[in-house]
Amino acid sequence: MIAGARPVQRPRDARLLVIDAGGGLTHAPRAEWTERLQPGDLVVANDAATLPASLHGTHLASGAPVEVRLAGRASLAAEDVSFSAVVFGAGDWRTRTEERALPPPLALGDRLALGPLTARVRGALGHPRLVTLSFAGDAGAVWAGIARHGRPIQYAYMTTTLSLWDVWTPIAALPVAFEAPSAGFVLDGRSLERLRRRGIGFATVTLAAGISSTGDPALDARLPLDEPYRIPSSTAAAVRRAKARRGRIVAIGTTVVRALEHAGAHSGVVMGGEGVANQRIDAYTGLRVVDAVLSGTHEPQESHYRMLSAFQDDATLARASAELEARGYRNHEFGDSVLVEAVNRLRDPAGRTRCPPP
Amino acid sequence: MKPLRVAITGGTSGLGLALVREFRRRGARVAFVARTAGAVAEVARIHQAHGIVGDVARKPDIHPIALQITAALGGLDVLVNNASSLGPVPLALLADTECEDFTLTLETNVLGPFRLTKALLGALSASAREGRGAVVLNVSSDAAINAYAQWGAYGASKAALRHMSAIWNEELAARGVRFLSLDPGDMDTPLHALAIPEADPATLKRPAVAAGELADAVVEALAREHA
Repeated sequence: MIAGARPVQRPRDARLLVIDAGGGLTHAPRAEWTERLQPGDLVVANDAATLPASLHGTHLASGAPVEVRLAGRASLAAEDVSFSAVVFGAGDWRTRTEERALPPPLALGDRLALGPLTARVRGALGHPRLVTLSFAGDAGAVWAGIARHGRPIQYAYMTTTLSLWDVWTPIAALPVAFEAPSAGFVLDGRSLERLRRRGIGFATVTLAAGISSTGDPALDARLPLDEPYRIPSSTAAAVRRAKARRGRIVAIGTTVVRALEHAGAHSGVVMGGEGVANQRIDAYTGLRVVDAVLSGTHEPQESHYRMLSAFQDDATLARASAELEARGYRNHEFGDSVLVEAVNRLRDPAGRTRCPPP
Repeated sequence: MKPLRVAITGGTSGLGLALVREFRRRGARVAFVARTAGAVAEVARIHQAHGIVGDVARKPDIHPIALQITAALGGLDVLVNNASSLGPVPLALLADTECEDFTLTLETNVLGPFRLTKALLGALSASAREGRGAVVLNVSSDAAINAYAQWGAYGASKAALRHMSAIWNEELAARGVRFLSLDPGDMDTPLHALAIPEADPATLKRPAVAAGELADAVVEALAREHA
């Protein structure tokens, strides 16, 4: 695929590959994504706003430059200013993460000066790049420091430096995501209006989307990290109502799949509240809540791609990948999209055996 | 009902400060924005509100401001775009108004509120979906309607803000986000003193009175949305 290298959330020529429940493939202009849904369906999106989670500064013990990428947090609470973080040595996003220098050795208690902020290394997480950090000062000052000093996390395929307005989706609310829940870039006012007019519901969850790539295969294998989320009771009620009328639950992005499936894991019924999504979703996952996902286009080695195998069998996904490649679809967060309908409604709740639909 | 979450721009003087005080008095959680760090810290301390240093006229400040508002309040129910620029001081005829002064007035009074509203629309819409209601109050002026000589930059900017409020309201009513454009009247504020230094303060409305009226209107709009 071709890298989506310009920070345009809704390029006029954006494309959509629809993988329908029967495994059929259809190409469409992405701006018409709402027309692929049915009245009575419920669209659920992640309304997390994106933090400027890349913080440049200095490791005070050695004087060495570092780039800290905040990557995870135990909760969504504003007073919680402890983070898991990936730390790089000198350099910035222009260098491919695979080629980034390691940070200086980080010992417990080491201090990092990050613009107006000071962070302390609180824990090692089994890799020289991955630590837990806590910031000094009251929470308000920490968020102010991050807001003013941080930059959005970005990767070497981009051509320009990103600003927050490039990465906040049109529905961005609580600032808890470490990277943009970019499937939500499609949610402009026009499409929300179209959903409403067509009798398609719209609801949101908030999930602190974590970092998507560290450049280190051992660390990448641990992604996604645990992600705290909140499901408003109004959203839980909307999901239950949609299910009752046999409408489909259409997730905008893999983060929404993770939140809804975590919340509905035990009974298949989604209740409002907070949780921490710590599960993996793959070919062995029986989806209990979500019926379709609109996502970016992902390469087979990415964790997002693995999640799609909960929706469709490998042969269909392989055909879809070949199609994306052949038609020159763009990938990454500013690229084109896929809409994947689930076939595994035909599976039992254990998720492995096919049985007839109810 | 959990406490109302309110953000106010220009919260360290005049009507904005009175609004901080009024919404705090009513038990709301308040975040406010102003340009001067010392004044922000002082108002935050006295009124137990969350102070944010920033300039709504500067585009790069908008998202850091929006981020701090929603982080501090955990969401947002009410946005008050109160911060205003008078334009050239002393007031000037349009023929004598520098283009740069006009631009700055539009940045503060029109583009700032547009950008901040846009950045916070996700949080406001979330509040509406959750049944809490959502209101944006844009502080207007009779100069938005009447043509007063020497009030060109200010009057044109306030007319634009007023019309923008009406269009936002038209477009977002279905989402449950309501827009109010209200004229608080001639008040005894620093902005008024800049415009008309010779005015007798005794003849002017006290900002606290105007703040009470505006807060009533906001609460009423939220209640209407619930009904």
